[in-house]
Amino acid sequence: MRYAMAIDTKKCVGCSDCVVACQTENNVPIGYCRDWVVEVTDGTYPQLEIEIRSERCNQCDNAPCVRCCPTGASHVTDGGIVLVTQIKCIGCGACITSCPYDARYPHPDGYVDKCTFCIHRVKKGQQPACVAACPTKCMYFGDLDNPNSPVSEILKVRKYKTLIPEAGTDPQLYFLI
Amino acid sequence: MTNRRDFIRISGLGIGGLALSTSSLAVYKHFSSSPPKGAELSVDTTRTPTVCEICFWKCAGWVYKNEEGKIWKIVGNKEDQHSNGRLCPRGTGGPGMYYDEDRLKTPLIRTEERGKQIFREASWDEAFDYIAGKMKAIAEEHGPECVALLTHGSGGKYLGTLLKAFGSDNIAAPSYAQCRGPREVAYYMTFGEGVGSPERTDIRDTKCLVLIGSHLGENMHNGQVQEMSDAIDKGASIITVDPRYSIAASKSKYWLPIKPATDLALLLAWIHVLIYEEWYDKDYVEKYTYGFEQLKAHVKNMTPEWAYGITTLAPDLIRKSAKEMADAAPAVIVHPGRHVTWYGDDTQRSRAMAILNALLGSWGRRGGFYVPESMTVPDWPHPAFPAPRRTWRDAYPGKYNLAYETIASGICDATIPDVNRGCNFKGWIVNGTNLIKTIPDTSKTLEAIQNLDLLVVIDTMPMAITGWADVVLPECTYLERYDSIRDSPHRKPAIALRMPAAEPMYNTKPAYWIAKELAIRLGLEDYFSWNSMEEMLDWQLKQVGTSLEEMQRIGVKTYDRSYDDLYFEKDQELEFYTNTGKIELYSTGLAAEGFDPLPVYTPHEEPPQGFYRLSYGRAPMHTFSRTANNALLKDLMEENAAWINPKVAKEWGIRNGQYIWLENQDGVRSSFPIRARVTERIRWDSVYMVHGFGHTNKKLSRAYGRGASDSELITRVHVDPIMGGTGMRGNFVTFKFEPKEEEAAS
Amino acid sequence: MREEIIVSGRNNNLIDPHLHIWHWQIPLYLFLGGLAAGILFFAAYFTIMRKENKYRTAVRIAPHIVPWILVIGLLSLLLDLKHQLYFWRLYTTIRLESPMSWGAWVLMLVTPLSFIWSAIHIKEIFPNWDWKYKILIELEAFLSKQKIILAWIMGLSSIVLGVYTGILFSAFNARPLWNTSILGPLFLASGLSAGAAVVLLLSKKHKERTVFARIDIGIIVVELFLIVHMFMGFLASTQVQIDAAELFLGGPWTAPFWIFVVILGMIIPIFLEVLELRKFKVPVVIPATLVLFGSLMLRFIISFAGQESRWLY
Repeated sequence: MRYAMAIDTKKCVGCSDCVVACQTENNVPIGYCRDWVVEVTDGTYPQLEIEIRSERCNQCDNAPCVRCCPTGASHVTDGGIVLVTQIKCIGCGACITSCPYDARYPHPDGYVDKCTFCIHRVKKGQQPACVAACPTKCMYFGDLDNPNSPVSEILKVRKYKTLIPEAGTDPQLYFLI
Repeated sequence: MTNRRDFIRISGLGIGGLALSTSSLAVYKHFSSSPPKGAELSVDTTRTPTVCEICFWKCAGWVYKNEEGKIWKIVGNKEDQHSNGRLCPRGTGGPGMYYDEDRLKTPLIRTEERGKQIFREASWDEAFDYIAGKMKAIAEEHGPECVALLTHGSGGKYLGTLLKAFGSDNIAAPSYAQCRGPREVAYYMTFGEGVGSPERTDIRDTKCLVLIGSHLGENMHNGQVQEMSDAIDKGASIITVDPRYSIAASKSKYWLPIKPATDLALLLAWIHVLIYEEWYDKDYVEKYTYGFEQLKAHVKNMTPEWAYGITTLAPDLIRKSAKEMADAAPAVIVHPGRHVTWYGDDTQRSRAMAILNALLGSWGRRGGFYVPESMTVPDWPHPAFPAPRRTWRDAYPGKYNLAYETIASGICDATIPDVNRGCNFKGWIVNGTNLIKTIPDTSKTLEAIQNLDLLVVIDTMPMAITGWADVVLPECTYLERYDSIRDSPHRKPAIALRMPAAEPMYNTKPAYWIAKELAIRLGLEDYFSWNSMEEMLDWQLKQVGTSLEEMQRIGVKTYDRSYDDLYFEKDQELEFYTNTGKIELYSTGLAAEGFDPLPVYTPHEEPPQGFYRLSYGRAPMHTFSRTANNALLKDLMEENAAWINPKVAKEWGIRNGQYIWLENQDGVRSSFPIRARVTERIRWDSVYMVHGFGHTNKKLSRAYGRGASDSELITRVHVDPIMGGTGMRGNFVTFKFEPKEEEAAS
Repeated sequence: MREEIIVSGRNNNLIDPHLHIWHWQIPLYLFLGGLAAGILFFAAYFTIMRKENKYRTAVRIAPHIVPWILVIGLLSLLLDLKHQLYFWRLYTTIRLESPMSWGAWVLMLVTPLSFIWSAIHIKEIFPNWDWKYKILIELEAFLSKQKIILAWIMGLSSIVLGVYTGILFSAFNARPLWNTSILGPLFLASGLSAGAAVVLLLSKKHKERTVFARIDIGIIVVELFLIVHMFMGFLASTQVQIDAAELFLGGPWTAPFWIFVVILGMIIPIFLEVLELRKFKVPVVIPATLVLFGSLMLRFIISFAGQESRWLY
């Protein structure tokens, strides 16, 4: 079982519903976010192009944050989701420094926090809060090992890319381009 | 028992030097209850149905509460045609409105002169007695019709009933003359029906969506953005006409970077191409329209080459985009837009768009405009309303005969005493609209306010307008109250229930209670004879085959269509509600009033040297100026930015991220500085900013002073002679690098 | 022109606008750790080489400060933690892939060792020291006899400590400035150099000072070599690495790095020490302090500049 997410940059309008939905669902403190939206504009007026990406922790297959955690608080659970066990985290910040995507942040309560692919919802058969809220339905989530899951289906028919593959982290967040 | 946080804080003091940010701890505390332990969260507990009130789309949703019974999150109702189970960022951010500690908490009565914002707390009884006393005095001295209601939101239903019972029909929503009014009149003149809200656009099934003056994707009309995404999936093409590279433009097959204020020329050229290339829907035009020959003669010389000289758009781009539309017809939509009050000839511009739709045969066809139907929910029985002696029209004899709704700016103007006019408005009740940021030319609005005997503001937040009130009444948010049944038109008639998810916080009350209490003091309690909202709603719902209990369980009920089909049948005989009974390409209604029956291009003023056209728009994270203080939404966007083309920025020496002041052609400088965003996405002759920032009321702790207000820079208003719409895009700004010396207004 | 912005307003504390999660605590600890490693290494080496008496300062005097600087270092590490009450979790597991875990365990080894080493040489500083209890006197005598073994353990673990302070950063290749394997040897060299400088400072014997001055010069030359190669490596690498190197070649860290670390911390001390070897009179406190200063600044600058360098945005 390997969970992954695919995001269609052609349909995303950058509304950031995914950010608010995550914040309310997961009680993310005000001033912090587990996911964010990036807008890239290329060109000169009027020859222009925009790519919009909703980003979050990539739940990497080769996660540097898991490797460098000195207490084992950062660990990989079923489906490849990277989680933080709050009572094992000492707040040293190594995982934060080791993430090339800057996906983690220090929670005001002391431990380190990040996107969990809403594992508490996934276990009940629901989709992550961001995927469920997105008005343009541009986010796909599912099990890559299941050829019929939404994410497997869409990756079969669309071109996609990942972010900084050269960092060697093997990210599982795919951007459809 | 101390919770984990307290424990850490206590022992943290012992260890010394915690690198924690205590301020974020304090704000975080406002938010719901304890954080999730590990990755486990509480199970989905009870949920109650609601209808969102952050914007006007009225999406139905579910409010979830956590195990402590406090509001946790809001999610869309899957049965709802407006939201299809997915709310927009503002709807999802609704808890921020509920938890906002800057909310109005108690009734306030002004103690010093208007604008000094010095109030004292009062009890509801005291506030109601004050208001009723003043209203009776105005009725005696001038007449009850001199009290007007300016409203935007569900409170308007009850306050409107109150006012009509009182004897005044002067109820205005600024969304008419300040926003969509011109297109409603234009479509009435053409098709005999307005566009409505939500717009009857069949985007889901369209093959070509033409956005001229619509930045769908940055404006968050929830259902339309969703359908646009569906359309993209199905391979539809988008044509965007915008001087700015909007998000919609980035998803378009053709982007026409038009010179601002020249849209009418482009529309007329498109009409010319469709007619003279014979790409229009001949059968549809033959069968259903009137005035084709006049139209054809009218646009004879309005070629793409003519339009090129005006719009700077290449002729073959105009032709190619017209062909794209024609190939997709009838599944093509020339989107009517929403906020269309630009230059004063807006009704005519909307007419041109309506004519285009008619030529393409999209009205009433799949992929074009469907025929909406709404459920009729009977009102709770009440005595007939007294006939008002005068209406706002009496203040403008002979003018704006075609305006079908009351003009808010008209009420405002008619509040300023004028020797030629017998009387003026003496009392305003304002609910759910921040007039200072809504009606352009703020100085006039303030002048009007100073001439009032009574200004009552009913609002949830201490917006700028509350500072000018005599009485401020704190309304509770939509999450804390019942309201009238939502019966908006859509593809299928449907109703939705809003019920409270929580008790009103502080000393706030719903608008229906306020209206009823005021009615009692004015002797009008017969118009509010229900004992509770539950009683009223249950009775109403039983009239349409359901009940309050069922609606509390399901939230949304959809019915089958009972008349007409969703689309016109092929070769169906149809009559339209126009003078000729047909779709009027040539408008007899406009001709009768002495206006151009066919749209004529008139050039508009251009920015003087060193000035740039001020264009404004929306961001999907915010609604008007309403949400700037919402903690969740402020996290997404806390201030607006002035978009400046890199060439212009270089000329002025402005760096990206630098804070500058904007000053308009009348010497009005923005109260607060605005961050410059140097971007290629904006033309060199324009500056763009998102509306709704630059709040001046210090009580809005998160919104005060952030960003700049475009409304205060809109001092030149171009009034549409046809229906009184206030065109706001004829203002120009230049850049300044320090604030104005004297105190800025308010 | 490319415009890349985060439209949803991300402003995570300590992450945005650029990472600044590690403040003075980490570089201070790395400096103290490197210094301790340097001093202990020399102490161990000369003990093993049976040159203890020739280099009394190195072996018997300088190591006395080590336990205390390690304690300060550990305290500052504790202060850096954000979830401090759980710090003991570090010692519930050994994670071989995590340099921080190594560091925690190595410190667990080196700190007691340094206390022991200090204890068995306590009479160098306090000649009238009395252990009082019989068991302590016997323990001291026993450990003194095992000195060579202790020295071996200490020497090896001090090398691990010195290298680990550099590898700690280079393990985080998410920060392009740290994504170089030269950082480990560089920090080890810097630590040894600092250790040598302390011995130089404390030593009263001319012969010892001469040897250590030579050692110091040698190590600094190696450091300069490593720094040059580090920059060559960055400039020949990907764009993010070039951007990271630009921080020191025209960017905001140019002046601090080249002036404090290289000129003041390396070149001038070399120059002064060469002069001293040529029999010019130079108060030894100057080059020694400069070396220590430069070593401290190296840690600070690499730590802060590294957090500014990034792959995205």
